Amino acid sequence: MTVVFVLLGASLLLAGAFLIAFIWAVKSGQFEDTYTPSIRLLIEDDDNSQDQVSGKQ
Amino acid sequence: MTIISSTQSSELGHDHADPACFHCGEPCRDLVESDGKAFCCMGCQSVYHLLNQNQLGKYYSLDAAPGARPGESGRRDRFAYLDDPAVQEQVLDFHDGTHAIVTFRIPTMHCVACIWLLENLYKLEPAVSRSQVNFPRKELLIHFDESMMSLRQLVGFLSGIGYEPKLSLESLEKSRAVHPNRSLYIKLGVAGFCFANIMLLSFPGYFGLTHAQNPGFMRAFTWLSVALSLPVLFYGANDYLAAAIVAVRRRVVTIDLPIAIGIVALYAHSLFEILSESGAGYLDSFTGLIFFLLLGRIFQQKTYDALSFDRDYTSYFPVNVMRMSADGSEQSIPLNRLEVGDRMVVRHHELVPADAVLESEAAEIDYSFVTGESDPALRTAGDLVYAGGRHLGEAGTYRTVNPVSRSHLTQLWNNPIFEKAESRDLASLTNRMSKKFTIVVIATATVATTWWLRTDPAMALRVFASVLIIACPCALALAAPFTLGTAMRLFERRRCFVKNAAVVEALARVDTIVFDKTGTLTADKHAQVEWHGELTDADRGMVKALTRHSTHPLSVRLTDTLGALPAPRATTFNELPGLGLEATVDGHRLRVGSAAWTEAPDDALSPHPTVHVAIDGLWRGCAVLRAALRPGLPELVGQLKQKSRLCLLSGDTDRQATELRDLFGEDVEFRFQQSPQDKLAFVRQLQDEGRRVLMIGDGLNDAGALRQSDVGIAVSDDLSAFSPACDAILAGDQLPMLTRILAFSSTAMRIIVASFVISFLYNVIGIGVAVQGLLEPWIAAVLMPISSITVVSFTVLATRMLGHRHGFVVLKS
Repeated sequence: MTVVFVLLGASLLLAGAFLIAFIWAVKSGQFEDTYTPSIRLLIEDDDNSQDQVSGKQ
Repeated sequence: MTIISSTQSSELGHDHADPACFHCGEPCRDLVESDGKAFCCMGCQSVYHLLNQNQLGKYYSLDAAPGARPGESGRRDRFAYLDDPAVQEQVLDFHDGTHAIVTFRIPTMHCVACIWLLENLYKLEPAVSRSQVNFPRKELLIHFDESMMSLRQLVGFLSGIGYEPKLSLESLEKSRAVHPNRSLYIKLGVAGFCFANIMLLSFPGYFGLTHAQNPGFMRAFTWLSVALSLPVLFYGANDYLAAAIVAVRRRVVTIDLPIAIGIVALYAHSLFEILSESGAGYLDSFTGLIFFLLLGRIFQQKTYDALSFDRDYTSYFPVNVMRMSADGSEQSIPLNRLEVGDRMVVRHHELVPADAVLESEAAEIDYSFVTGESDPALRTAGDLVYAGGRHLGEAGTYRTVNPVSRSHLTQLWNNPIFEKAESRDLASLTNRMSKKFTIVVIATATVATTWWLRTDPAMALRVFASVLIIACPCALALAAPFTLGTAMRLFERRRCFVKNAAVVEALARVDTIVFDKTGTLTADKHAQVEWHGELTDADRGMVKALTRHSTHPLSVRLTDTLGALPAPRATTFNELPGLGLEATVDGHRLRVGSAAWTEAPDDALSPHPTVHVAIDGLWRGCAVLRAALRPGLPELVGQLKQKSRLCLLSGDTDRQATELRDLFGEDVEFRFQQSPQDKLAFVRQLQDEGRRVLMIGDGLNDAGALRQSDVGIAVSDDLSAFSPACDAILAGDQLPMLTRILAFSSTAMRIIVASFVISFLYNVIGIGVAVQGLLEPWIAAVLMPISSITVVSFTVLATRMLGHRHGFVVLKS
């Protein structure tokens, strides 16, 4: 049953790593603008955009 | 005299005669055609060509007419002050001679295409290496090469493509604040981590493992739990503990005090059980509680990044001013370096930034935002012009007589009310409830403990801890943020943006409502025009031909109401400040403007602003422009009068008094020609009578009253524009919702009280049963977090359901 202690340590280490990742994410400002990245993702990157100006009025 | 009355809202201005501009979507009054597309001005057309040449035409496929009209191109020198190293030091976030970083606020960004273009600036301008948008804050972060492009050139470039950065006096004086939620998020993360792990370690206990059966495991689990609970106590809960210590020092009772007592009692009792090996303690409940409390705090701290609730005149005033030196040359200098005696040049539609004497012959000054007076006032050479007025007409020269900070208007901010920190929190309902509550709890705990001390001293300590734990008003601490936070989100649906949760509480207690008139009850957008005289539609078309070239407020309003009429071409156009417009249209000599300018007969004079028309030297008629009341006001006033005392303050003259009397009835107090200081004093006087005042205003002149009142709501037709310091910002078209906002605030407070009662009963019954040993330990352990979840679900669901019934549904924009 002492294997429980090993498992306990492993689970705490793993959870601790996630906690550190979360703290890093907060400190680097990732939670300050949660809107713009979602828009940025949807815009496709293509450079032959000249043709796309159709008579849209 | 024939009278034709027409009421027109701005939508009607977009008529079929004028196609919408391909770039900015505004109706094209002066049509410019290119590539088979219509543009409203040369500026829009040139931005279109610039983007197309640089393979950025995709801009127009991301959104229909995404652009903003570029700034006036003729006045590049207005950014000259940005060449001043001292100004650069304040504006730039970082610079080392080559690489520079700057953050601009750009109010005109509004859609997907804007984000895309602003983040692709490097394709347009080689000096820009990287640009990143924060859309909710309307901010643009730019990395650029200082040696290739100066800050002034960068601002000019952005302004040229329609994204002019907003640079105000405020942006120079204040440094950027770090996001307030950062530390709260980290605390929540830490508390969540510890809570989940302690819960895991407590599972054996839930299923009946005791010290007697397996001392090794139990000891390991409980001590690991103690280790994990320490960061929660000393880091996660430190706000509550620190606030409680402050409360004790100041000898006031806030909600934090009983919470802190409860937290400490729960923790101490758990430690005692663990040390004495008599049980596993309640560390899981303790960490869970802190986790939920922090979650409530984050939920309650709804912030509106694009809005600002604490603006003063510095964010309204320009950042630079054109100073005229002795030799007559103009020089752009930062406003804070303007000195008494300096001569400055103020151009059309710019703000006069300091009290000054007019040196030009004549100028019209629009004071609407500062005093509430809706008509521009004519000033002639030698007249004193107070700071904050907008200069209309051709550029004028002024001589400064007072420094900016000690001008007539800005003196309002020297009132002590603006220096005092907000002390409103102490009066909040939760704090008032906690005061009585804490006294009762401590009295009960003391009585019960003394009782048990006589019979069973060991039991006495348990009883003391139990009473404190049961009585911890954590339910209240949870119910309030979640209810108020939900209410804030519901208000937002109706474009009412509340500064913080305490404002909702304050709204529920309001019994007196003070209205400002200009801009609050009336709005230029709803101007009513009455035509007098013998003007045909063709004549009015000729009037439009003149007024559309003028930016005088009356001309703009008149042009809007004449939207659909075809207008012929005007030649030899001339505008004289204080008099009017003159031009030749279809061979006729047309004069539009004041009575003197058109030789109007005496019976055509009106107390309201009037635009007279003379054709070929003969007076032919006039248009009377009334500032119309916002729609829905009669119903609003009728509803509000049932519950509150109403008052009306206005900086304007009493010419609309009869109309307002019809609206408000005889029993409402009216005060006209009130200075900003008068308004502040009036609100204070009401408060001295023991009334809780809601002030509703819109301009800088209301700033003092908004600040002094218990709740100040600023009404704004353009939410991205300036609004004075206030507790809440309400969109102008949502003003009729005010009754429901007030009613729903009271409902929210009742929901808090209800959930508090529910949770208290729950705890009393639960612990009562547990003390008698009738409950399995694991059930007790699970029930405690469930009680928190119940309270939160109850308040959120009840608030949302009742909110829906009150009409707080999502608006289709």
